[in-house]
Amino acid sequence: MSPVIELEGLSVRFGNRTILNNLRGSVSGGAIGLLGPNGAGKSTLIQTLLGFCQASAGTARIYGRDIRAARREIRAIAGYMPENESFIANMSAVSFVRMMGELSGLPRDAALERAHEVLFYVGLGEARYRLLGTYSLGMKQLAKLAQAIVHGPKLVILDEPTNGLDPPARQRMIRLIREMKDAGEMHLLLCSHLLRDVEETCDEVLILKDGRIVHCANLEQERRANKRFVEIETFGNDAGFAEALAAMGCECSASGAGRLKMVLPVGFDTREIYRLAAERDLQLRRLNYRRDSLEDIFLKAMETVS
Amino acid sequence: MAVYKRTYKGYSGALTAAWSRFLILPRYSFGRLFQSKFLVLFLMACFFYPAGCAVFIYLSHNLSFLRVLNVQAANLLEINANFFYIYCTVQATMAYLLTALVGPGLVSPDLVNNALPLYFCRPFSRSEYVAGKMSVLIYLLSLITWIPGLILFLMQSSLAGRSWIFANWWIAEAIVVGSLVWIGVLSLIAMAMSAWVKWRIAAGALILGVIFVGAGFGRALNAVMRIRGGAMLDLAQDSFTIWSALFRLPGAGQDIDTLDAVNAIAAACLICLWLLFKKVRPFEVVK
Repeated sequence: MSPVIELEGLSVRFGNRTILNNLRGSVSGGAIGLLGPNGAGKSTLIQTLLGFCQASAGTARIYGRDIRAARREIRAIAGYMPENESFIANMSAVSFVRMMGELSGLPRDAALERAHEVLFYVGLGEARYRLLGTYSLGMKQLAKLAQAIVHGPKLVILDEPTNGLDPPARQRMIRLIREMKDAGEMHLLLCSHLLRDVEETCDEVLILKDGRIVHCANLEQERRANKRFVEIETFGNDAGFAEALAAMGCECSASGAGRLKMVLPVGFDTREIYRLAAERDLQLRRLNYRRDSLEDIFLKAMETVS
Repeated sequence: MAVYKRTYKGYSGALTAAWSRFLILPRYSFGRLFQSKFLVLFLMACFFYPAGCAVFIYLSHNLSFLRVLNVQAANLLEINANFFYIYCTVQATMAYLLTALVGPGLVSPDLVNNALPLYFCRPFSRSEYVAGKMSVLIYLLSLITWIPGLILFLMQSSLAGRSWIFANWWIAEAIVVGSLVWIGVLSLIAMAMSAWVKWRIAAGALILGVIFVGAGFGRALNAVMRIRGGAMLDLAQDSFTIWSALFRLPGAGQDIDTLDAVNAIAAACLICLWLLFKKVRPFEVVK
């Protein structure tokens, strides 16, 4: 899969302060999560990719286009949902989204049609003629999402899309992001400090800290790899149980009375464990797949750095 | 994508020409501006004087009507450069007031609502944004200054005959160039004030104040320092000096040299542009 974003020694400085420091790497997932503690440089990275900030050294490429040389081209294929409240006063949602569509290059009629469509898509269909100033925070977030996708971008950059949303509104936003990803017509770059949002929507993460990339992981691969790690807890006489599992190709290690940690071989059927336990009249009290949550990955990345 | 499907679909249709996109801003701005009845009434009032001038030009060439009124054509104000200079002075004042009404609503709402990243994340540059917003004022001010001025000139030309137009073609040039200079100065001042002062009423007051403060400060400077150069700070006087020179009026450039006036106007425009580009950014760097 060709990379969506490639970072080639990208650095950004504001005055004497280095905000992004020699970022290198590439990401190609359908939905890419950009994680990091506050002040890690997530928003600056997004702003640099969009050409709002100048790179002091290095460069980056979006779909192979250099951010320094092809700024306008990149902006034409990208949609951006800013973190802060952003709208145009005294405008109805449909006029606002239409205008944004026109500024992206859509002809007048097409922009109007698309504005109606995307407002229905994000769930603001019934409220599309209301002034933006009268919208609730959740509705404003949805309007921002609508303007980001009105022109059918290839890459949608979402900066903290669930900020300030109540649980139902957050769920709706997450569902929309997942649907857009599954539609397969665009890539998503989701910047958030909420690990759950990223975990629920993204299949690749880039973790930043103090302006550096501290971890880059493919969540899908990690999830697949996690399925091979199993922890079990038995009750009864487990003599020979570990050996029997080892004979079937599992790597076992005891971690206390009746507790075993195993790495299953590829293609191993978990039901074999139950069968072996039943043969030995051994009770299986617990069987867990190790699940390295994104939080574990994030914390590990933070610990590695510190 | 049909509404009933409610699934996301990309867009693969035709796109508009990049150069024409700045024209989208005035279209939407006019829609919002003309919601104000006061503005519509004021704009209508701006056409009273040109309408009066048109009637005057028509009547001054209608000898039978003048005979009915028992008025000698020679007693009427002659339609010459001075007539058009007075027309330009009146309309310039109206343009100044209209700018104070319209100008504050151009950039400040976008700054207050943090809308600039939404513009600049698209293939739309800062220059296009400034050009788009400025064109709102350029259209409106043109509508009340040089466009009716040229219509009056053409009216006079058609009534006075070919010889008049050959002798006075430069008046049309003076109307257009002088008006455009004034429109440029007003637009840039209004945009810069609108970008720096987010409170609309204060921005409007500041737009009005810039001219008066400049004039007052210039006079004070002249009195204290016993110089004449202080008058350059009076942008209105600078503009009228240029206008007088363009209309070839006697006494043009008495207070300020025409070249100095041009330089002062150019400097003011550059300062306004610098102020504008300092503020019109997709994000604010907090120091």
